[in-house]
Amino acid sequence: MTILRRLVHGVAPRVLWMLVGLLALLLVAPAVLDTYGLSVLILILYFAYVGQAWNIMMGFAGQLSLGHALYAGLGGYVAAGLFTHYGIGPWAGAFAAAAAAALAGAIVGYLGFRFSLAGVYFALLTIAFGEFTRIAFDHLDWFGASGGLFLKVDVAPNPFDLRGGPLLFYYVILALAAGAFLLCRLLLESRLGRYWLAIREDAEAAQAVGVPVLRYKMLAITVSAALTSLAGVWNAFYYNNLFPETAFGMSRSIEITLAPIIGGLGTLFGPVVGAVVLTGLGEVFTSVGDTLGIPGIKQIFYGIALLVIVMYRPAGVWPWLAARFGATERRQ
Amino acid sequence: MTSDFLLSLAQAITKGLLTGMVYGLMALGLSVIFGVMRVVNFAHGEMMIVGMYLAWAGSEYLQVSPMLSLPLIAAVFFVAGYALQRGMISPFIGRPEHQQFLLLLGIALVLVNVCLAVVGPDSHGVQLDSQFDSYEVGPLVLDAVRLHAAIAAVVIAGLLWLFFTHTRIGKSIRAAADNNMGALVVGLNVKRLYAITFGVGAACVGAAGALMITIIPVTPFLAAEYTLLAFVIVIVGGLGSMTGALLGGLLIGVSEAVAGLLVDPSLKSMFSFGLLILVLLLRPQGLLGKRGT
Repeated sequence: MTILRRLVHGVAPRVLWMLVGLLALLLVAPAVLDTYGLSVLILILYFAYVGQAWNIMMGFAGQLSLGHALYAGLGGYVAAGLFTHYGIGPWAGAFAAAAAAALAGAIVGYLGFRFSLAGVYFALLTIAFGEFTRIAFDHLDWFGASGGLFLKVDVAPNPFDLRGGPLLFYYVILALAAGAFLLCRLLLESRLGRYWLAIREDAEAAQAVGVPVLRYKMLAITVSAALTSLAGVWNAFYYNNLFPETAFGMSRSIEITLAPIIGGLGTLFGPVVGAVVLTGLGEVFTSVGDTLGIPGIKQIFYGIALLVIVMYRPAGVWPWLAARFGATERRQ
Repeated sequence: MTSDFLLSLAQAITKGLLTGMVYGLMALGLSVIFGVMRVVNFAHGEMMIVGMYLAWAGSEYLQVSPMLSLPLIAAVFFVAGYALQRGMISPFIGRPEHQQFLLLLGIALVLVNVCLAVVGPDSHGVQLDSQFDSYEVGPLVLDAVRLHAAIAAVVIAGLLWLFFTHTRIGKSIRAAADNNMGALVVGLNVKRLYAITFGVGAACVGAAGALMITIIPVTPFLAAEYTLLAFVIVIVGGLGSMTGALLGGLLIGVSEAVAGLLVDPSLKSMFSFGLLILVLLLRPQGLLGKRGT
């Protein structure tokens, strides 16, 4: 009960009902959506989830990671490898995936934070680890090397092995996204979350008043990495293939960061709003690009959209929306 | 066998050194921009391939050798960099890193995809008259094209050094980098100096692109690779240090060439990233960087 009380503490009833309504809508949405609509919604929820996971590290604890593909990729590869080679299902594999990603996060974090790398330097370290791992996986035969790792698709639908149609993946990613939202709310309301915010605002001051800064930064990166790895597991089983170039690529890392930055760093709704905005824009630009038939036109529009948003709403779309509609969620 | 091996090793190192000079010039642009404005140019590789495409187009359609179009490309890049800084980047100086990152990411996406839309995904190279010439220095054989590119890169780096040490504007830029407040107090127009700096950084990378096209054909997919490569080089050499960028370029050029000879060529960038991780952990300010700030 205490957890439930803490979750709703200080939340206006109006907001609570809206959230319950939104969840109910999302639960019944597949009944009215066609295949395309469902695939777009799946994409939105995926980016909302993975953005929420990244936001713990950057939005809460203030550590900029541009290498989160490392954790998503590791998660996907570990679970897919266990499934392909030993027949271990992804529900069990997810634990191994999360453990592997948390360990990787702990290594990156320990090295970076121990040597007090900050800002740009830390961000470049995370990129370097991601790229290093990408090239290593190009040469790991157990994981299919550069030729890719493919999951068995010619099997009977079995939710316990995460084998099935889009509907299954929709409900799994919906559960993940909703769970991450609640978890982040709990984290923010806890002592841990307060420590993170203190570190983000001024690490030296936090240290001075007795916050064990290194330990809490480490917690931020391991929790964030473990959560991100679950998105990787889901991704691997949804698309049924893994290539080092895409799983660990720089562009994967970048796309993980976009929804929370565009939506509003450090807010609970930011990653969700950002995911809706970016996926929506992406779909519109894809259809425009297909109509025009010029290669790259989609990405040009996408780049311009990013520029416009960061120039006119540098703090993100959600804080601005919230202010307009009189909601109260400020950047924590 | 050993003497054969030593010779091919020496050959690889020379080749790496020559390519490394061009890498160094590219990284110099990034380093100058970061050193003065504390902005990491995430669109650096994208600017590089724009330079490569311009030099390629000049050679393909106007029959102008990249070496001749280089000054013009550098001038165009200077003006474009100046305008970019004035129009878009200026408000972001001093803002949180993730906002700068997003801004330059947007610029990068537009640049690389305009290249893709205009030229297409195929790779394009330049055929020079001196394509197959070479110089023999003792037992070593030096590629003429590579040697010319390296010499040009050294000359440009030298000009840049003269600019920063012997001209009034160059000295003012260094003053603004050292002490922003002091520069404002003595009445320097810091915004203009920043715009000139971005222009100079862009001119460096444009010139590096014009040189690089004589060595390697260009595709849009090279852009991200060059951005990462430039990061690796400047971090290894020391972000903001000019000699550091050149030294880093040489180191990475040699490490790539030697890795290509000794192990799998596809592992060559693993060496660079390994080197980057080591430097970040043991000497985060880079080999020639200064502590602090």
